[in-house]
Amino acid sequence: MATRPGPPTDPRPTLAVWKFASCDGCQLTLLDCEDELLGLTERVRIDHFLEMTPVEGAGRERARLQGRGPYDLSLVEGSITTAEDIGRIRHIRRMSRYLVTIGACATAGGIQALRNFADVEDFLAAVYAQPRYIATLSTSTPISAHVPVDFELRGCPIDRRQLIEVVTAYLAGRAPRISGQSVCFECKRRGTTCVTVAHGTPCLGPVTHAGCGALCPVYGRGCYGCFGPSDQPDLPSMVAQLRRDGMSERDIQRVFRTFNAASPEYAPVPDLAAEDRRGPPPA
Amino acid sequence: MSTVAPPLPYHVAGTWEETDDTRSIELVPAGAELPPFAPGQFAMIYAFGVGEVPISVSSLRGAHGGLVYTVRAVGAVSSALHRLRPGDTVGLRGPYGTGWDLDAAAGHDVLVVAGGIGLAPLRPVIQEVLGRPDAYGRLAVLAGARTPADLIYRDQFAGWGESAWVAVTVDRSGPRWRGAVGVVTALLDDLDPHPGRTHALVCGPEVMMRHTARDLVARGLAPHRVQVSLERNMRCGTGHCGHCQLGPLLLCRDGPVVGYDRAARLLLVREM
Amino acid sequence: MRADADVDASRPSGPDGLVMGKDGLAALVDVLIRRGFTPVGPTVREGAIVLAELGSADELPYGWGVELEAGRYRLRERADGAAFAHAAGPQSWKPFLHPPRVREWTADRVAGELVVTAERVAPPRYAFLGVRPCDLRAIAVQDRVLTGGAYRDPGYAGRRSGALLIVVECTEPGATCFCVSMGTGPATGPGYDLVMTEVVDADRHRFWVRSGSREGAEILAELPARPADPETRRTARAGVAAAADRMGRSMPETDLRELMARTLDAPRWDDVAGRCLTCGNCTMVCPTCFCTTTEDVTDLTGDHAERWSLWDSCFDLDFSNLHGGPVRASARSRYRQWLTHKLGTWYDQFGSSGCVGCGRCIVWCPVGIDITEEAAALHDWTRSGQPTPEPS
Repeated sequence: MATRPGPPTDPRPTLAVWKFASCDGCQLTLLDCEDELLGLTERVRIDHFLEMTPVEGAGRERARLQGRGPYDLSLVEGSITTAEDIGRIRHIRRMSRYLVTIGACATAGGIQALRNFADVEDFLAAVYAQPRYIATLSTSTPISAHVPVDFELRGCPIDRRQLIEVVTAYLAGRAPRISGQSVCFECKRRGTTCVTVAHGTPCLGPVTHAGCGALCPVYGRGCYGCFGPSDQPDLPSMVAQLRRDGMSERDIQRVFRTFNAASPEYAPVPDLAAEDRRGPPPA
Repeated sequence: MSTVAPPLPYHVAGTWEETDDTRSIELVPAGAELPPFAPGQFAMIYAFGVGEVPISVSSLRGAHGGLVYTVRAVGAVSSALHRLRPGDTVGLRGPYGTGWDLDAAAGHDVLVVAGGIGLAPLRPVIQEVLGRPDAYGRLAVLAGARTPADLIYRDQFAGWGESAWVAVTVDRSGPRWRGAVGVVTALLDDLDPHPGRTHALVCGPEVMMRHTARDLVARGLAPHRVQVSLERNMRCGTGHCGHCQLGPLLLCRDGPVVGYDRAARLLLVREM
Repeated sequence: MRADADVDASRPSGPDGLVMGKDGLAALVDVLIRRGFTPVGPTVREGAIVLAELGSADELPYGWGVELEAGRYRLRERADGAAFAHAAGPQSWKPFLHPPRVREWTADRVAGELVVTAERVAPPRYAFLGVRPCDLRAIAVQDRVLTGGAYRDPGYAGRRSGALLIVVECTEPGATCFCVSMGTGPATGPGYDLVMTEVVDADRHRFWVRSGSREGAEILAELPARPADPETRRTARAGVAAAADRMGRSMPETDLRELMARTLDAPRWDDVAGRCLTCGNCTMVCPTCFCTTTEDVTDLTGDHAERWSLWDSCFDLDFSNLHGGPVRASARSRYRQWLTHKLGTWYDQFGSSGCVGCGRCIVWCPVGIDITEEAAALHDWTRSGQPTPEPS
């Protein structure tokens, strides 16, 4: 346990939840843990969680954006999009014994990382009447680009059971049971009929990180990759298959340019998708 | 045939440091007892809530009469086993796998070659041979480690040396180290084992076992008289989960101890 | 109301068997339920013929067939109204006998002591209706893996020993089927409780039924069936024989076990690795693939833990993890592990091939990798003057 001023009689490790550029959906997942929430508060002391309470620590003072710290377990939502963010995440890292990023924004840069592929000045000019009041970086980057991260939880939003697993594993002193397998593993274990094979529906399941429980295929639609890439995804074979399933070059580029657009694993997709237009590679 | 059973509770009778990253624990049954282990067999040790790891028995009879296991901290479970204190409880399943074929070695000179923590599964062999000198020929123990600080059971070498040939080498020397530096196979030159009389038992990293076994065969030992202990990430211990496959072998069932006559080909294939 | 309702119910079927109509199939499901079985059989769901619990024979896929190709499965309507004129679907019987997730035991910390409790849940008594001969063989293969060695998997043994197997011989192989190559079909081998052969003529839809066990004979005796006439028997046998000639795929005619041992260095592994997604779908749909991993879960109190086993796959990177890194890191080595195990080293481990020729791995591979095509390519390589190291 981190040493900290506070009630010396409270043996519970402390938990903090932090927000960067994001929609709040991942932190809300913690509040969605209705059945587990009371049990959770018996095992950890929630010291900083602005979504839940405006007070810090044992409830004596107003919570500040920076927090008082130190914290045993920090859950970090959102990506780094401003210079101020960089300073704040470094501060949070220093105050945190174990730091977990939650969700696609914190882990891969989020949907807002689409700016990485365009000129952010153009966006500012198009969106804001007075762009000079906006101070932003030209990129949206994951937390791990700025500080060491102990564990990255995937998804847009994260899966409730996986969040509980991360906290439970932390409390038990073990690694979270979160596999880097593809969605196909979960899909097959659930006994779902493959939407690609049975219906010709394009599906990113074979290259997408498991964790959602194959939610989309269960409802008859293709996976669109909201958990980001699985371990060692085979993009060339996947892109070729998406094309066989009827997706155009533009469709293929767009389906990988969503919540995990800036995942380095997806970098070859535009070239792969364009191969058709250029003809097959020389033998 | 027996049915796969859940672990039995065992108490930690003692726990001590072997090296910076390696500890031994002695376990005694809390109630019902597992069948007896043979040298070379392994147990699945369960750290409550964290998980199980396969660990070879490193002594059949510790100071408290229990089973001793030597564990290097490499993951969550082994780290949890390092945190155990006397009186704590773990779960134990086993014994699993084939042991060292000591019947085949009986009447022969016994050559033990170990790399790093590979000495742990071989220690019960050393204890057995030293305890029954009439049943075996001469005993030689060749042990290697990365650095002097990585040598396990160092305090026991002198005792073994009273009745056995003991030679130790390290990859990288350290202060106050006056022993050999180099690979463990270099120690074979001094020993010059008699090819017709010797039975070799080898355990260590795969590359070390491959070189040692090849060297011994080049010196005239029949491949089946060179036993190696192979490893995959065993999960169930009973050959059902498939993780222990090495080509045609299920190492939980057909190993971990395998004659080099069977292992040689498998050790040559990359990513097998 | 049938004229044969007065046939002596205790009479064994004999080698000539009995014949019954669709009402017999309806009665069969009712008898199974009355006898306490959970009937499981083919039914149309999610645009596929899946295996699911049946409340009545009405749920069988009467009038549905399938079109199969590598990476492609489509339902199609059949004019003949047949119930079993379809080849292998998305699952085998594996999810019922060797489920994807099983709790093995629980552990509780009680006053500092560890209390471990084995999972003891009485499994349902399944009656599998419509087991294909290839899948019957697959069950026998898994029996050897999970109960045939020094240790018996208690959960599997419990589910398996209670299961009643009603085979329906194959008269309609798919384009991806190759049971003839593997010697597993389309006629049934031993091990069934009942076997049926479906015959659909211009005006008669009937089933030729034989029993293979005492329990099968008892159930058959309760059905509205009469002794099988020679014409029905002849037509049924001819239908199965014709199926043998209509296999969509075949394995190269060579000793596959030896082929696998000879080709570990073949360049074909690099070729297939370029197409393989390593998604594991082939292993999940394979009726014999048995690999599992373990999951230790704890609850928030930290005093209760559970051990689960769940389907794993040799295509998963973590599967071969050893000291922090996978032994089989490349896609090449993982596909090679799967194929050489399935067709080759399975013999060393369990005394038979691991492949029964059902073709599911071909159909349900999203990119359509074909096990028979890969085996043929390896065979071609050995015949093209490539070095062929002796297998040992």
